[in-house]
Amino acid sequence: MSDRGGIGKAEMVAQLLALLPSDSVLSEPEDLHPYECDGLSAYRQQPWITVLPRTVDEVQDVMRLCHRHGVPVVARGAGTGLSGGALPHPRGLLLGLARLHGILAIDPIARTARVQPGVRNLAISEAAAPYGLYYAPDPSSQIACTIGGNVAENSGGVHCLKYGLTVHNILQIKLVTPEGELLVIGGEALDSPGYDLLALVTGSEGMLGVVVEATVRLLPRPEQAQVLLAAFDDVEKAGAAVGAVISEGIIPAGLEMMDNLAIRAAEDFAHAGYPREAAAILLCELDGTREEVAGQVTRVRQILEQGGATELRLARDEAERALFWKGRKSAFPAVGRLAPDYYCMDGTIPRRQLPLVLRRIGELSGQFDLPVANVFHAGDGNLHPLILYDANKPGELARAEAFGGKILELCVEVGGSITGEHGVGMEKIDQMCVQFGAAELTQFHAIKHAFDPQELLNPGKAVPTLHRCAEFGAMHVHGGKLPHPDLERF
Amino acid sequence: MAGDRDQTDALRQQVVQAHEGRTPLVIRGGGSKGFYGRPTDGIPLDTGGHRGVISYEPTELVLTARAGTPLAQIEALLAAQGQMLAFEPPHWGEGATLGGTVACNLSGPRRPFAGSARDYVLGCRVLNGRGEPLHFGGEVMKNVAGYDAARLMAGALGTLGVLLDVSLKVLPAPEQELTLVQACPPDQALETMNRLAGRPLPLSAAAWAEGGLHLRFSGAASAFASIREHVPGDVLTDAATFWTDLRERRLPFFADARALWRIALPPAAPQPALAGDWLIDWGGAQRWLAGDAPADQVRAAAAALGGHATLFHADASAVDFHPLADGLWALHRRLKQAFDPAGILNPGRMYAGL
Repeated sequence: MSDRGGIGKAEMVAQLLALLPSDSVLSEPEDLHPYECDGLSAYRQQPWITVLPRTVDEVQDVMRLCHRHGVPVVARGAGTGLSGGALPHPRGLLLGLARLHGILAIDPIARTARVQPGVRNLAISEAAAPYGLYYAPDPSSQIACTIGGNVAENSGGVHCLKYGLTVHNILQIKLVTPEGELLVIGGEALDSPGYDLLALVTGSEGMLGVVVEATVRLLPRPEQAQVLLAAFDDVEKAGAAVGAVISEGIIPAGLEMMDNLAIRAAEDFAHAGYPREAAAILLCELDGTREEVAGQVTRVRQILEQGGATELRLARDEAERALFWKGRKSAFPAVGRLAPDYYCMDGTIPRRQLPLVLRRIGELSGQFDLPVANVFHAGDGNLHPLILYDANKPGELARAEAFGGKILELCVEVGGSITGEHGVGMEKIDQMCVQFGAAELTQFHAIKHAFDPQELLNPGKAVPTLHRCAEFGAMHVHGGKLPHPDLERF
Repeated sequence: MAGDRDQTDALRQQVVQAHEGRTPLVIRGGGSKGFYGRPTDGIPLDTGGHRGVISYEPTELVLTARAGTPLAQIEALLAAQGQMLAFEPPHWGEGATLGGTVACNLSGPRRPFAGSARDYVLGCRVLNGRGEPLHFGGEVMKNVAGYDAARLMAGALGTLGVLLDVSLKVLPAPEQELTLVQACPPDQALETMNRLAGRPLPLSAAAWAEGGLHLRFSGAASAFASIREHVPGDVLTDAATFWTDLRERRLPFFADARALWRIALPPAAPQPALAGDWLIDWGGAQRWLAGDAPADQVRAAAAALGGHATLFHADASAVDFHPLADGLWALHRRLKQAFDPAGILNPGRMYAGL
């Protein structure tokens, strides 16, 4: 039986200290400060208590204790998430998993790595490198973000058009349930009996269980990779060129687009050699066997030239290839230097809608009087508009958030999604009401209930209540049509 | 196309009625995979008439079609644009539909190198057990809004929802393919498959059948010369027939009168010590055993190696899946309850009580 809300902080701390060493339980405000937010720093909340277990047994003990007392639990990896998914609960435990950071096994023959959740994404590829293998999903934060967080968010990266998302690259996870039970989901074979719980749990944002181990697939490092940089004097031409490459039967390993503001910011920051005057650039990486890459480079060159590229450069060597990518991967911090604050959006759209969406974002930028830079995983339709604002100016944060919300609603309107890889978390919870109807949201709550009937895991995130949607819908009437017309209004 | 129909309303009505009357339904598309699972009783729910490609954008790499659309029709449409379903789905019969393929999560020889049917699901519309039409996922490559209930439907055998339409990622078909065959024993074949899969080669299938290791490479023909320098073996002429027959379980191996086991294993696991005849596919991750070994023995051997075993009955009447661990079974029951509270969608098809 739970006595939710019943236990006092001092008593909870005492009971945790009976389970964990004293340096694993933080309860003083100065110790809790670093855990107030994740990568979305506009949202802050001091946790009630932070615990930093070192073993799976400790995680299970903590979960059992929280379950007994009805205390909410928010799991956190490296805290690099961009949607407030690891925002603490004021009456809950923040469960930091960074100390479970062991690489348990690398199997170069079966091409797998078994790792604890706190292992950094890049560390897996580094450990696999001596065998000529690597872990494919590479979110921009890969130097810091952890695999546990990657599973929770179903992270992508710049290579996911060809190599897939986290869900396509993991074989097995171990999951601790809200009751403290350890479940093995998936397996070392390519499939497992029963429902595909691995797919369901991947990307579930810490709502269904706590990931305490992952077995990931490793791929052979391609024999060769080359990057073409193409400049365009018009964003629409660049967008059309992307479609032309793909319709020629070529799947680039990476295909990225940046608009002029993003180009200039990245160039000033990384000195990657980007053409500062271009309206848009494309970075197209091709990988495979030497013969295959040579053939594809020739064809892609032709396609981009025919598509109106004003400049075309093939990275001369590995150093220049790395530099081209450095500019792209540092685009967020680079744009961050243009204004005191920036707000990174994460919508996806069918690629053909890009010209329309960019035009509308430009109009919205004028309406909200805030500049926006656009970085685009063009191959897979994942758009990252970066809204520039100054949180110290009264009203600007609210305006940036409202602008961002409009962009996400626009993505849904053209057949896309409110989040491609950053997750819903706290940030996009209202836009979930635009993406989904009451029946889907109700089904999501039923799924949650199957895993976590007491709603102890990350409560209030990822899936809005219908009540919340009714209130949000009342504020956002579009074209005279209320979303969720079947709901009572409060 | 002629014959395209949207029967969402009719299907919905039948599911709503079944929910109200707590009457079990047996979902049937083309009827090619009725044997895949446990035998079930109930009123037939025919999805075969709910058919037609709703949208196909070659440059977006996305196809959306109704569940009853014949798989062959989709494959022909894609082939005309130089594209394919990269998971190389088995048809296992003339009438195979998109819905059945996704519901069974069936994938062919390309699976270990390109991914499974589930991997290519971008979104779907389903009727849950209350007859509510639900839309999960979408038509974009990346979408992490809400739980991934779309991929959950893949392999759920219709027990969580009736698939109405499915959006799949599609890929360009390879320029060329080359199949090399070398005679060798199964252990050596496993060693070679796994070693080559760890090297940057355009490997797209690896199987040991009829006494020989069959390796398929896909991609630019210009790369094949250097592959032939490094990989021994003779070029198999009419390789397409071999891979299709393997996928469709039409090779002579599958004509065996004994029970057939599909044993899913970690690809580098040694051959289980079980009596019978073997065929190895999926680069070692899918092994077929024809033989009379007792079921308990086969399941225990598969589990000991980190895998699981599925029994295809000798009379082709049914398929039994590997039992679930206790904790997972309880979760399966609760998920079934969440989607289908009256238990009317293909009840017992996957496991008794689900």
